Amino acid sequence: MSKPEFVYVTFIETTPDKLWQALTNGDFTECYWFGYRLDSDWKVGSSMTLGKGGNVMDECVILESDPPRRISYSWHPIYDDDMAKEKPSRVTLDLEPRGKVVKLTVTHQDFPEHSKVLPSISGGWPMVFASLKTFLETGQPLSLDPTSGT
Amino acid sequence: MDEVFKALADASRRSLLDRLHADNGQTLNELCDGLDMSRQAVTKHLAILEAANLVVTIRHGREKLHYINPVPIHEIGERWIRKFERGRLAALSELKRQLETRDE
Repeated sequence: MSKPEFVYVTFIETTPDKLWQALTNGDFTECYWFGYRLDSDWKVGSSMTLGKGGNVMDECVILESDPPRRISYSWHPIYDDDMAKEKPSRVTLDLEPRGKVVKLTVTHQDFPEHSKVLPSISGGWPMVFASLKTFLETGQPLSLDPTSGT
Repeated sequence: MDEVFKALADASRRSLLDRLHADNGQTLNELCDGLDMSRQAVTKHLAILEAANLVVTIRHGREKLHYINPVPIHEIGERWIRKFERGRLAALSELKRQLETRDE
């Protein structure tokens, strides 16, 4: 495996089980992932789709599943012809309890050279993370006015 | 959040972040290469950046790789920048970037 293109880490005041649910339940992802639903049975080899408003944007495959510690899936956007032709990259999410918080690490790797997908998503994870953290810690997604309710 | 500001309040540490931003996932040797800083000093600065969660390390084979982690900086932005200000701020910083030749 090539070295990861990027690694993002955040600490969220929650439990590994709740975080796992937030990462794998479409009803939850819709709340913080800017309206996107992730749908899968989360078994190794199963498909996983990421979609919005009934349109499938990414067609992925579950590569590793070890609840509530690690999930890994291929990442394959299909909404753009060039991206659809690209070899899928690989996303890995690691959950580690650290006292009252859970350390969440996302690693994204195996992009082909001159990838069009890489620049399209590298800014996206911190946004998803920030929204996920707010959602789990306050019950509110970040898209709401951040000044209301703390 | 104090840790993040303290970690950023040092030009050497900011330059280490710049180096990782330009080329992410470097070993300690790669990071030290061409720097006017002792290996010990780099190690010390990296430890402070790591404690502030601005740098994360992973094992890749036999190597320990350093990555810039923009999440805490993003959280600072989220705290004080409102959603509707983002477009205007992006336009302003793009204007600044285009008008200034130096990026310090």
